[in-house]
Amino acid sequence: MIVVVNGAQREIADDATIADLVADLGRDPRLPGVAVAVHGEIVPRGEWQVTPLDAGQRVEVIGAAQGG
Amino acid sequence: MDDPFVIAGAEFRSRLVLGTGGAASLQALERALEASGAELATVAMRRIDPSATGSILDVLERVGCRPLPNTAGCYTARDAVLTARLAREALETDWVKLEVIGDDRTLFPDAAELLDAAEQLVDDGFTVLPYTNDDPVLARRLESTGCAAVMPLGSPIGSGSGIRNPYNLRIIVEQAGVPVILDAGIGTASDATLAMELGCEAVLLASAVTRAQDPEMMGRAMRHAVEAGRLARRAGRIPRRLYAEASSGSDGLAEPAPAASEADR
Repeated sequence: MIVVVNGAQREIADDATIADLVADLGRDPRLPGVAVAVHGEIVPRGEWQVTPLDAGQRVEVIGAAQGG
Repeated sequence: MDDPFVIAGAEFRSRLVLGTGGAASLQALERALEASGAELATVAMRRIDPSATGSILDVLERVGCRPLPNTAGCYTARDAVLTARLAREALETDWVKLEVIGDDRTLFPDAAELLDAAEQLVDDGFTVLPYTNDDPVLARRLESTGCAAVMPLGSPIGSGSGIRNPYNLRIIVEQAGVPVILDAGIGTASDATLAMELGCEAVLLASAVTRAQDPEMMGRAMRHAVEAGRLARRAGRIPRRLYAEASSGSDGLAEPAPAASEADR
């Protein structure tokens, strides 16, 4: 299925969870450093393993960057 | 610890807070951070880049700097509150440098949105460090909403113009019951020293170091500048006078021999 990750369409497995998506982006979903919002609602890290994604959802995956 | 910088109960030896934006590379940033002695450094929250190599958080950990997430790039209270909550989730800290910009040429804060965001975040349990205008009334309002510090600008972000209104800064310092951190506009070491001499508890700067020709050397310069300004403030400067005041007393001055014409008489 297709979801929109950080503004770009991305193909993921039909049964993928948020944890799967974060791992797919090269980040360890068990470690701090990344936050996820689905349709503007933050999903706490503790729920990533058990939160499946649905086709068409807009997902933001945010981390620390140089700035300020 | 002698004369620690205390903010929301946390103690720091260094009174220099470094922004991490503008560095040519993570390596250059790491060297500058190390030379500056900073123990607190701001980071922005952005969409992750899967192709990026190296991580700003690893750099901060190596140099012993606590990351302070900011809401840079936010123009509304709504955006800033969401960004702060994402930062809390990602970095497991409830500290946030709150920045709500109102104009993209000056990057001056939007006072109304800033106050709104500060109220929401304080209510939500954040330790809020707001970047604000050099406006004593706004600073007081931010303090009364429960912000842990106020961070007035010296001049526009990245302008390197120093402290454009030292009088307002003095008033902000005089009335504040929370630490005042000079944030934005520092161009060189003397600007940072002046901020500390005026009574700021700390200085936050980025471009002055990261965009200097030699960021590592400027990091070291800023470390000394902040320390010198703090010491001068604590030591108590002499008042400015219009006329001279001799530093040597005149008692005990040697009597000159009589002039030759007088001895002849």
